[in-house]
This record gives sequence, structure tokens and C-alpha cells, in this order.
Amino acid sequence: MSVAKPLPHDAAKLHVTGAARYVDDIPTPRDCLHLAFGLSTVAHGDITALDLDPVRAAPDVVAVLEACDLPFANDVSPSAHDEPLLATGSVHYLGQPLFLVVATSHRAARVAARLAQVAYAEKPALLTVEAALAANSRFEDGPRIWSRGDADMALAKAPRRLTGTFDIGGQEHFYLEGQAALALPQEDGGMHVHSSTQHPTEIQHKVAEAIGLPMHSVRVKTRRMGGGFGGKESQGNALAVACAVAAGLTGRACKMRYDRDDDMVITGKRHAFSVTYDVGFDDSGRVMAVDFTHLVNCGWAMDLSLPVADRAMLHSDNAYWLEHFRVTSHRLKTNLQSATAYRGFGGPQGMLAIERVMDHVAHDLGLDPVILRRRNYYLDPDSGADMETEKAGAASDSMEGGSAPRPAASPRSISEKMKGRLTPYGMEVRDFELNGITERLLTSADYGRRRAEIADWNAGQSHLRRGLGFSPVKFGISFTLTHLNQAGALVHVYQDGSIHLNHGGTEMGQGLFQKVAQVAAHRFGVPLDAIKITATDTGKVPNTSATAASSGSDLNGMAVKAACDSIRDRMAAHLAAEHQVSAATVVFEGGHVQVAGEEMSFAEAAMRCYTARVSLSATGFYKTPSLEWDRIKGEGRPFFYFAYGAALSEVVVDRLTGEYRILRADILHDAGASLNPALDIGQVEGGYVQGAGWLTTEELVWDDRGRLRTHAPSTYKIPAASDAPEVFNVALWDGQNREDTIYRSKAVGEPPFMLGISAYLGLSDAVAAFGDGRYPALDAPATPEEVWRAITRVTGAV
Amino acid sequence: MTLTFLLNGEEIQVEPPSSTTTLLDFLRETRGLTGTKEGCNEGDCGACTVMVQDGTTTQALNACILFLPQLHGKSITTVEGLAAPDGTLHPVQQAMITHHGSQCGFCTPGFVMSMATAHTNGDTDHADQLAGNLCRCTGYAPILRAAKACEDAPVPPHLTATPFIFSEILRGEVEDRGAAPPSIKPAPSLNHPTSADDLAAAYAKQPDATLIAGATDVGLWVTKSLRDLDPVIFLEGCADLKQISETDSAFTFGAMVDLNRTRKALEPHYPSLGEMLRRFASQQVRNAATLGGNIANGSPIGDSPPPLIALGATLTLRHGDRRRQIPLQDFFLDYGKQDRAPGEFVETITVPKQADSLRVYKLSKRFDQDISAVLGAFNITVQDQIITDARIAFGGMAGIPKRAAHVEQALIGQPWSQASIQAAKPAFAQDFAPLSDMRASSEYRLATAQNMLERAFADLSNPPKPGHSTSVLEVHP
Repeated sequence: MSVAKPLPHDAAKLHVTGAARYVDDIPTPRDCLHLAFGLSTVAHGDITALDLDPVRAAPDVVAVLEACDLPFANDVSPSAHDEPLLATGSVHYLGQPLFLVVATSHRAARVAARLAQVAYAEKPALLTVEAALAANSRFEDGPRIWSRGDADMALAKAPRRLTGTFDIGGQEHFYLEGQAALALPQEDGGMHVHSSTQHPTEIQHKVAEAIGLPMHSVRVKTRRMGGGFGGKESQGNALAVACAVAAGLTGRACKMRYDRDDDMVITGKRHAFSVTYDVGFDDSGRVMAVDFTHLVNCGWAMDLSLPVADRAMLHSDNAYWLEHFRVTSHRLKTNLQSATAYRGFGGPQGMLAIERVMDHVAHDLGLDPVILRRRNYYLDPDSGADMETEKAGAASDSMEGGSAPRPAASPRSISEKMKGRLTPYGMEVRDFELNGITERLLTSADYGRRRAEIADWNAGQSHLRRGLGFSPVKFGISFTLTHLNQAGALVHVYQDGSIHLNHGGTEMGQGLFQKVAQVAAHRFGVPLDAIKITATDTGKVPNTSATAASSGSDLNGMAVKAACDSIRDRMAAHLAAEHQVSAATVVFEGGHVQVAGEEMSFAEAAMRCYTARVSLSATGFYKTPSLEWDRIKGEGRPFFYFAYGAALSEVVVDRLTGEYRILRADILHDAGASLNPALDIGQVEGGYVQGAGWLTTEELVWDDRGRLRTHAPSTYKIPAASDAPEVFNVALWDGQNREDTIYRSKAVGEPPFMLGISAYLGLSDAVAAFGDGRYPALDAPATPEEVWRAITRVTGAV
Repeated sequence: MTLTFLLNGEEIQVEPPSSTTTLLDFLRETRGLTGTKEGCNEGDCGACTVMVQDGTTTQALNACILFLPQLHGKSITTVEGLAAPDGTLHPVQQAMITHHGSQCGFCTPGFVMSMATAHTNGDTDHADQLAGNLCRCTGYAPILRAAKACEDAPVPPHLTATPFIFSEILRGEVEDRGAAPPSIKPAPSLNHPTSADDLAAAYAKQPDATLIAGATDVGLWVTKSLRDLDPVIFLEGCADLKQISETDSAFTFGAMVDLNRTRKALEPHYPSLGEMLRRFASQQVRNAATLGGNIANGSPIGDSPPPLIALGATLTLRHGDRRRQIPLQDFFLDYGKQDRAPGEFVETITVPKQADSLRVYKLSKRFDQDISAVLGAFNITVQDQIITDARIAFGGMAGIPKRAAHVEQALIGQPWSQASIQAAKPAFAQDFAPLSDMRASSEYRLATAQNMLERAFADLSNPPKPGHSTSVLEVHP
């Protein structure tokens, strides 16, 4: 049984010995050329003069290309064809590629790229969402608005009401391996491309358009990335296209990798949001209505901003039944890097907004924030409405007394039975695990006792306060663009019994290849070392979706299972026929095949099938069932299921400087029946720290010219080793997926990222402990400076 | 010049294509050793970490900002050479597999090299040892577990034997330098002096040369600003500039003493300065960066000048055979301008010994490996509850490391009390008008500088209340 085992990452030994090859490590032909972009130095304007002679005259430069030199499509956009590889007359952000240098070394290309003489007629740059909104600079014709019930009426009638606006900063992916591509021209004008990408098919598609050939002439391979996090879903297009075009023109291999500073200046990041909320609730803390407005900073090009902004709207409920609800989403076009996919894909911003609302409401009522949240949770799928009322009452009784009255009936017809079960977009939450997860986490983390201890400790301190933050996660699993929920696989069994595994998913560190290999080994009943994991290759599995939306193991695991089962069934049928028994009696287990009392090695079985002319190669295909989604109306079932988790973070904050530490984190996360608990816990630990980093020290700063000032690790601070919580308890929930996924596991790539919200809430709690009752109203990221500002707000200090 | 060093146990002779060819480019582009990664090319991520031994020390260094001439006579181990010659994995490599310490794997070679170096040295302050290695996937937890798990494993013999083998190879070329580490005597060269005297002569002849000590700053001129630096003078061979001498009244540091050795020397005497140096950059950077370089580059945000100014440190500047002593605080004239004549260099730094009343506070977005938004150093003398002397200096508050003269005046002669501290706070605005930038706003810098005085008062007031913490770094779950 190879599934469910906590096996190491398949490449772990290659990683620790330095043998694992990334794109820049692949041996290149001797005459390989190296590329660099010349970049815009203004945020918005027309190019009035572009003198590239000094670039061409620089040592070791072979060619310099501008937009007019591109033979075919000048387009690296994954969506709206609004993103040229090289600028055409005007520039839209500081850092936009203007021209392409082809040189004999990486350094020579970089040196030459800085020598152009460029003149611009500058135009005013829109650098903030407020400025873009005022200028009506946006994608789509107007805001997307989704609603349920009558938010205005319910807000007006609510016994209590709060409003607020806060900023949520973006986030640099900071994959340790920068963007990279290598193109190798083929004999017939075709192109082989090695790309550090989450989306080889997209690379294939964009390269084919750029070199004017059908997709069949372009083959893209990706063995591994040195981290992706969404940043390699579309942002690798420019490098691969540049390499392919240059390779086509020169007939030589071309490689491009961004220097870290270039990478951070050129590529998109997580979308920054400004969120306004208006919430109505009763004295018990039951939220009756919420109205959100999202101002989404999409940057200069559309990229993936529409589905990102959609997902933010889709996670505006997080774990809570919000009877009257409205969310208005403005997708604003600014003169900054084009914001792109990043782990959670808008979900974290939407979720942070409702968690901020819950924090504010709990603070306003002086109610324990965990009690408040549980009072607003969706219902357990197995419970009746009566049971829920009892449960809510019981929770209240045990922790602070009193029971929560139910809100009045909705003017729109949601049947009583569905109350507490329907998301604002009308999907029934049939797998809600958070009541159980929360109960167990609070017990294991000793929440009640620590609350009291912290209050005591705080009373004895002058400069310092501790705080606790609790946050749940309910994250929807599936691409919201429904047709992307498909995957393919290709499996060969060789005559010696060894097995070649290929599928459309890409490996960026998450352990997808190992999980899927475990599935394959299990289907054939062979040890894992019988399976050869191979690079993602558009020549083997076509028309793949990006490895994104946490979908990798769900989709590819199922596709591989289908392929393996096709071969296994053929083998079983042949062996059964030889022995005149039913195929159903053939057993594949422990590296052997048993048929009618005879046991042979899997290798022998393979050889027998081969000599009997049984096909030992198969493709597999999977598409996620049950999806139906209308993104304009905001209605339907966009997700196959939800993944859940909850976290409790303890922090300590210093009044004098706003400095803080995350002292402890306790996490219980739902990976369904885990395919590999070790890898899944790795995703949870890493996701939490990355999520906490987003909301604490990771601050992107642009100056008033639109120049990114935090463009290297010296100025942009992702968490370091000592920022991991000193006590870090991570466990997996022991449930299984209620939907029929691969071995009943759940997707785990993105959901744990949002557990980091608990750290932000812990900071809010600690800041409030300094104060006079005012709400801290922390913006994100809560840098030490922002925490210090919040403390001055709640203490009335200057 | 021809450079000689050991690379994974093999002796290498190389004529570097340029004097500023980095070790990282040499490994990846010339030697095909692609296990060592480029993550940032500025010494901040640690993906390029290698182990460097010189016969007496074993250090982790960032290969991306290490120039080949700095390695002459040393032994370099890269990730490809970490396992034993028979293929047996190093204990840290095995532990990283067992504890799931790699995900994408790109940072992993750098981590294992830092971990193996710490393991060789018996250092178990793992988070500090790994402060210069960034990982974006794991959240560090499994890496720290792996580091802990192999603390007791023996150091593989091929790593302990290497420096000795190397010494054998180069026997006869090793010059006896007393307490200083042996180094290989390079072919006589103006640009590779082997003593302060040689340096003085060489620099006097070439006053426009760029001096390269640890290259943790100058390295970026090459990798980021893409400058050609010729002519350059490498100070690595000047063993006498790496000496620390101590008398009853002072420490004297040669300018080439690295920041880890500086920390070791000063920490027992000035624990608060030692704590700041623990957080100064990272292990890799402190191993390379020198005290002289941190002063001589004149940065307004160098972390060592403010505490040294607060302690009344002095510099010895040398030009040819002429030496002069000046107070460190007078060295910094204006932004980008120091009291240093062409051809003149910082030879030694003298730090007086006194009763410890120094408190140093480093404020940055991230605790480790971050450039300070504000660095405050407070050396306050109190006699009979009266403030009799105050030397207070800041980094990040002005174009130079600068004393808070008005604040000092507001304190001296006043009673040692909360009221005096509060009364002195307005004087900060007379001393400083800090900038706003990506690290901090002007307002925050000024307010936190004032609050640091409050913290110094709390920290220097005796005795601190039991169970009462003054820094978040003292609080544990």
C-alpha cells in the first residue's frame, strides 16, 4: 500500500546533493546565447525615441530586437491579448520590457540592456486603486456585483452596525528560482523549450503563436521549478517566447533567466486590495448582513485578474452563513506590474476581509472572537436546523452564557432547511468540517486556559502584550473556469516491469510527482521504485491545465489512476484468460501478480503480456464532475468540495517600536484521507508561514513615480528561520473527503496559506490589549511600523 | 596572478578571467558545478552558500559575492563535495531527507552547506546559523528539526581532514604568521598585499583603486551595478590586519577582522552589542564582512558605527607610513563623505573598555538579516542617581551615523528618572530629521528613536523586575 504513506519527496536526495536540475542547470549547447530585456524607466508614457545603437555596439551582443523585429505575434498575455512581449510605442509600468538583447553571456546581455537611450513623453500614472477608480480605469465594463437577500434592508434593520475600510497589500512570490527558459531550435523550425512554468501548455501556445507554427511544432518540458506559488502560471511566457523567437532568428539555443531584481521589477505579484465593509449584527454577535466593496489593484494588463477577483468574492463568506450579502468588485487598471496568480488566487484577500469583519464585531461586542465565529459558522452537514440551535446554545453556555437568536426570515426564499447551509452564491456546503475541527483544536491548544494566562501576563507588563488569534479556513476546490478542470496522463509498462509515469501536472516542490507516483504504484501493487517519474512534457500529455488552484493531485491523480487501471485491466484480462479464471480474481500486490493460485513477479507478468501482444501503454483522462457556474450572476456550484482548517496563533507585541514575534501556532488542517501525510504537513507548515509573512513583514513599496523600491531580498522581507513560531503544532484532521476524489484525499496547496490570517488577528488582539477600547484597525501587512501606528491609535498617544 | 585553492578536495590552479569573477559564476559556468544556486546575487538568500576552510576555521560564505582572489589558499566545499567520497550522505543531508526539509529543493544546497558548516563547528543555535538562508516552501520547521536531529552525529572525516591535506599540498609555501591563520603567499603583486605595510605602499601608489575586504558590499557593485572595478586591491592576504589585540583598557581590531570574530571578542564585555551583532546580517555575511569595511564604506545604515561611537572608539588611519588617530564619530563627515584622504585606509579600530552601560537596539522589519530602519546605541553613566555622562548615537536617522548631541545635553546632569527621559524626548527633533523610505517613515523613525531611550532607561535601571520582559525577543511561549 503506497498511498497514505509519509514518504519523502521523490527528489529529496537530488535536492540535498545538488544534483536536482533546474532550467539554468541544464547543460546547454556550446554556442548558447543569453537574453536580457531592456526595461522602461517610467510608469506611463509614449516612447518618443529609442536609440539602441549603444546596445548593439556593446561587447558580445549578437542581436537586439524591438517590437517591430518580432516575426509573428507580439503577445504574452494569458487572457486578453493586452500584454505585448516588447512595448509597442507606449509603456504602462516602470519595468515593462522594451527591447530584447541577445548576447553570448548572461552578464553581457544585462550590461548591454542598460545602455539604450530612451526618451519618453510621460503621462500621469495611476498608482493607487483610488486614483484608478476616480479615473474609471478598469477591466470589464463596470464592477461585478453579486448579492443574496437584501443587504441594504438587513443592514438598516440590524441592531448593531459597523463600517470600516482597510488595505491589504500585495505579495511578491519570491520563488527561490527566478523565472527561466531555454529554447533549442529544431531541424524543421520547430522549438523545444525548457521552462520553469506551472503551465507548459500555455508556454507551448504562446511560443507557437510567436514563431508562427502550429502547437505541434513546439514541445515544452518542465521537470521541476524552484518554487512557483502561482508566480509561474503566466509570468514565464515572456521568457519562453523571447528565447524561442531569438532561437528562431539566430538558429542557436537561447536561454533567459531574470536576475532577482529584474524578476521582482518585471513580474506580477499578489493583487493588493482595498476593502470597505458594512456589517449588521445583533447583540449576540449573529451577523445579519454584510456589504463588501473590493477595490482590486490589477496592474496594467488583465492577466488572470478577473478570476482572481472572482475568487476573492467567492471567499467573502469564508466559514460563515451570511444571510444578506452583497459584494461589489472593481477590477482596476493601474500603472504597476500586472498582478497575477498567487497561492489562494484572491481567496486570501476575500477571506481576510470577512475575518477582519468578525474581528471587528467581536471587539465591538467584547465577545470572545472564537465564540463569535462559531456562532456564525455554517451548519454541520449531518445536523438538522434544531441541532444547530442546540449546538450554538451549548457553545455559548459553556463559554459565556446566553444563546444566539436566529435572524428573521429572508425576503427571498431560502427554504428553512437550507438556511445556514447555502453560500451566498447558492452552493450548498455539504462537507462542513469546521465545527469538529474547531472544537478539537481549541482543546489541543488549550485555548481557554491560555486566554486567561495571557490576560494575567499582560497585566504585569509595561511595554509588551501578548495576543491570540484564531481563524478558520474554508477554501473552494476547483478552477472557477470550469473547462480547466480536466487532466491527462500517459503510463507505459515496459517488458521488464518498470513503469514510466507522465501526467499534465508540474512539480514546484509540493510533492505532486511523489503523490501521483504513490497512486500509480498502488494501482499496480508494485513498490514505488518501480515507477519512473518523468518531466511534464507537452509531447506526452497535451492540452493540460496549469498546475494551479490546488488541483494537481486531485486531477492528475485521477487521470493516472485511469491510465494505470486500463493497463492493469488488460493485463488481468490476459492473465485470467491464460488461467481460465475471471479477471476480477487477479490480484496485483507486493510487486507480484496472483492469478489462479500462481504467483509471478510483476515483471514476469509484464513480459508475458508483452509477448502475448497486450498493449502496455495507456492514456488516462479525468474531468471533475458536478460543476456548474455562472460567473456573471455569481450563482452555481463552482467548487467540487471545500478544504478546511483552523489555526490559533499566539503573538507578543512591543509598544515602543511595534516589533512582534509569533510565539506559537497550533493548526488542525483537513487534507481528507491524505495521500502522503508528510508532504501534506509540509504544505501546511509552509503555507502558514508564507501566509503570515504576507500579513506581517512582506511589504511592497512603490515610490511616487511607480518605481518598486522593494525589489530584492535586501528590501523585501520574507520570513526567515527565526520567524517560524517557536512552538509549531501541526496536525491533520482525520476525516476523508465526502466527495469521490483520489483515495478520498483533499487538495492542500493553497488552503493552509490562509491559516496565516490567525497571526494577523493575534496582532490585532495584542494591540487591542494596550488600548482604551478602540478597535486597532490594522492594515495589512502589519509591519512593525503599522503595528506601532495601530497602538498609537488605540492608546491615543501621538 | 594564478590562484590556488582546493575545490571539493581537488587542487585547482586558475587564472581568473577577471579579478572580480565571483566564485558562483566560476562554479556554475566554468566548472559545471550547478548544485550551488543563484537566488538573489546579493548575499541575501543563501542559495549559493559554500563551506570555506583555511586550515583553522570552517565558514559558510555566499559564493555570489565572493571574488575568486579572496579564496587563494583556501579549501572550498560545495554541495557536490559534501557527501563522503564513497557516496555516503553527510548527516545533515540524510536528516533533511528524513525530516522532509526540502520541497522545491532550490534553496536546499545552500541550507545543507550552512547546516554542515554549523555541524562541523558544533554550533547548535540553528535559527541564527540559518538566518542567511531563505526558504519559501517549508516554513523552516522541518529544516530546524533536521538540524537538531543531527547535532550529535560525528563530523565526516573528509571534512576535517581536508584542511590538513591542503596544508600538506602547500607545505613550504605557508608562511608562519603566528596567531593569524596561515595563508598562501601569492606571487608578489601590487593588488594582493600580504601585510598592512604592503597595502599601505600599494594603495599610496594606486589611490584610485577599490579596496576589497569581505566584498559583501563591493560585491553588489559588480553583480547589481554591473561595474568594472579595476584597479582593485584585495586585502584578504593581509594577515596582520586580521589581528585582535586586547589590553586592560581597550580592544584593538585590525580592519580585516570579520564581524563574527568582532562579536566573539566584544560580546563578553558588551552583551547588548553582542546581541546586536548576532542579528547583524547573517552568518555568511558576518563571516566575510569586516569591521573596517563596515566603517570605511561610510554607510548611514551600517550597524557597527553607532555603538562604537557611543563607546568612544577611535580609528587609526594610515597613508603610506603616516598614521593618524581620530575619534570614530569624526570620520563621518556627510552623506557619502568621510575623513579619509586618497590612498589612506582604516588600519585599526580601538574600542575602549569601560564598565558596561551600553545598550544597543536594532529596529528592522524582520529580526534577522535585515538592514536597520533605526539603530540606537546608548552609553549612559549614572552616579548617585544623576546622569553624569551620555553618549548616544544612531544609524538610519541621518546621512551619517550620528550622535544625539541635544538629547545627551538634555540628559546630563538630570536625575536618572522617567521624568528626565520624557523631558529629553523633544530634543530628538533637534538632532534628527530622518528620511522616509521603504524601510520606515520619518515619523516612525523619530518616535521609535525616542522610545529606544525609554527602553534604555528600563534596561539600565537596576534591577529589572522578575518576570518582566523589555523585549519581545525575551518572551517565549
